[in-house]
Amino acid sequence: MKPTEKTMSGAEIFFEALKREKVEYIFGYPGGANIKIYEQLYDIDHLTHILTRHEQGATHAADAYARATGKTGVALVTSGPGATNTVTGIATAYMDSSPLVVFTGQVQSHLIGNDAFQEADIIGITRPITKHNFLVRDIRELASTIRKAFYLANTGRPGPVVVDLPKDIIAAETTFEYPDTVDIRGYKPNYHGHHNQIKKAAEAVRNAKRPLFYVGGGVIMSNGSEELRVLADEHGIPVTMTLQGLGAYPGDKPLSLGMLGMHGTYWANRATGQCDLLVALGARFDDRVTGKLDTFAKNAYKIHVDIDPSAIDKNIVVDLPIVGDVKHILAGIAAELSGEELDFTEWRAQIDEWRAECPLSYEKADGKLRIPHIIERISEITKGNAVVTTDVGQHQMWTAQYYDFVNPRSLISSGGLGTMGFGLPAALGAAFGVKDRPIVNINGDGGWQMNIQELVTVKHHNLPIKMIVLNNSFLGMVRQWQELFHKEKYSFTDLESSNPDFVAIAEAFGIPSFSTGDVGEVDELLDKAFNKIDGPVFIEFKVEKEDMVFPMVPAGASVSEMIMERLNPKRMV
Amino acid sequence: MRHTVTVLVENRFGAFDRVANLFSGKGFNIHSISIGETEIREISRMTIVTEGDDHIIDQVIKQLNRLVDTLKVVNLTEHHRVERELALITVTYQKGNLEEIKNLADIFRAKIVDINNKSITVEVTGPPEKVNAAVNVMMPFGIKEMARSGTVALKRGEQPKPVKKELLLN
Ligand SMILES: Cc1ncc(C[n+]2csc(CCOP(=O)(O)OP(=O)(O)O)c2C)c(N)n1
Repeated sequence: MKPTEKTMSGAEIFFEALKREKVEYIFGYPGGANIKIYEQLYDIDHLTHILTRHEQGATHAADAYARATGKTGVALVTSGPGATNTVTGIATAYMDSSPLVVFTGQVQSHLIGNDAFQEADIIGITRPITKHNFLVRDIRELASTIRKAFYLANTGRPGPVVVDLPKDIIAAETTFEYPDTVDIRGYKPNYHGHHNQIKKAAEAVRNAKRPLFYVGGGVIMSNGSEELRVLADEHGIPVTMTLQGLGAYPGDKPLSLGMLGMHGTYWANRATGQCDLLVALGARFDDRVTGKLDTFAKNAYKIHVDIDPSAIDKNIVVDLPIVGDVKHILAGIAAELSGEELDFTEWRAQIDEWRAECPLSYEKADGKLRIPHIIERISEITKGNAVVTTDVGQHQMWTAQYYDFVNPRSLISSGGLGTMGFGLPAALGAAFGVKDRPIVNINGDGGWQMNIQELVTVKHHNLPIKMIVLNNSFLGMVRQWQELFHKEKYSFTDLESSNPDFVAIAEAFGIPSFSTGDVGEVDELLDKAFNKIDGPVFIEFKVEKEDMVFPMVPAGASVSEMIMERLNPKRMV
Repeated sequence: MRHTVTVLVENRFGAFDRVANLFSGKGFNIHSISIGETEIREISRMTIVTEGDDHIIDQVIKQLNRLVDTLKVVNLTEHHRVERELALITVTYQKGNLEEIKNLADIFRAKIVDINNKSITVEVTGPPEKVNAAVNVMMPFGIKEMARSGTVALKRGEQPKPVKKELLLN
């Protein structure tokens, strides 16, 4: 080191590195092991720190910020319990491939492994749920490690990266040097699909009679929605989407078949069963989508486009794999086919027949308040343009069915891990990332209680989140399974006698709060929430208790065994 | 089916764990695992012998490739390969059995590497099957302790001409 070079502390380097990564927000919680970083943060003005009220909240918020914006989400927590509290959030981000960097404090290097106060081996704990993780063992490696962490999180198939920062490293000093480029021998994501494979894919589309695009979250992540729209629209190719893929293609257009799979639409599942060409785009043939594997899209020639080679042939053996960035590859296929006249009219007419045969429907005649109605109204009032976060359960599936997502990065939901407690902190993360669209959290009365502390954060920052709790007094989705598959033993799913006064709770946090069980009041309350009150609003809708989400393909069954309605399981062909 | 997989991996903190974790995460039992330096110091070679479904091993290999610290993954099961293992076997030394042990060891080209008034330690190297056989013949003497290195393996070079059969044996 030249004597003239100025040294910086680990904490200073940390923030300088975040500045280089253009980080605008970090979601975090202080403690003993990261206190020096917080000391430094006190004088930092190039980013905003959001204090959540639980590290799980911070991690979900950072994850959702990433999903809503495409930028990398950042969380900062202390060692031991602070770090272990992020585990569910990290696993959630991992399963849905969300770019996230989590900085965990760690005890001093020489104490690691000694069962020191607030020590947890977070590297060991998070190894199977991170794309990669680092323990920084030398101050000279701090800057380059942070550089690598951000690079890994948001290139290739995105995912969470943990950086564990021992307390002594943060206090140590060295000169600052930030590498311009990252070169990791063992990590070279391939963005450009093989040209010949792209040509073959185009040829397959050309030869198909009944082509179908099966779109997953990868299309949204690669910002490939526009390329998808161009290709599908030019040739009139129908599109069905997974939960994570909703919004990749506008849900209000005739070519959209909505969601497929366990709670997918009848016509999307029929189309999947009958197509002769299935093009999987940034999707992973998850069991909630395929049902029984050997009957899934049985007669179709299958193309699988994915940036992650390990996703290929994982659940289903495909005929034509193309490894690369979906956006590039879609553009490539579109270019091959551009100007050609392909005619799929008959196929579309067939799908429309199915659509008419079994539309999504719910009981309206009895005038009772039902979740699908509320979601439909939210969809209409927000013109499909809101960023909607959900929790997990019936309300989540109904949101997927009844909200017409017209833009990508609109539905933020824990699909892979199915994490209850995700919705509220996710909404707060999304609200920091997206300022020009309405932000809605749709929640269940069960999930609402799983990160309810974040109401403080919402209120403190006066975030314009419209929080909708659909209170069916049950852990509804589990109740549905109990009714259908577990002898109607409603074991520990009835919350009626124990649920608290939700309005009183939200009011105690200082948030305008409303409640109704009357279908006639829905529009008025939603209008208030979306058009009259600027900041956060809480609405509890007391809905029918025992409704079920249909259609439903029982887990592990083949799609043809779809149950269409309660007590009257109309079987598909 | 039994598989021998070699993984070239950066010799970095946590890298070996990540590789081993992937096997356990897929429900694979690892029979043996050996790790050592390669011709390049910061790169290690892991040789893993495991048992499992062919389709799943393909998945494991893809996912091993996906790990940031792995450089090359080969399922050697599909290739001609040289496999070697080393075992140290300590048996009970009783009056009169030394000669017999020595003779048996000779058959396996094994060496006696330690001896005291209670025990004899034999070192044997070779393909895993040969080591197994050596262990079996030592069994009757009463094996007090045993350490096996686990298999190390390399792909055989291209062989342009047919090679005499014996040469391939060990
Ligand atoms: C952390 C967590 N625990 C348990 C579950 C299992 N689970 C899935 S859906 C569900 C019911 C959720 O009930 P509620 O939040 O009221 O939503 P509803 O299904 O009624 O819409 C449960 C318990 C889960 N997904 N996540």
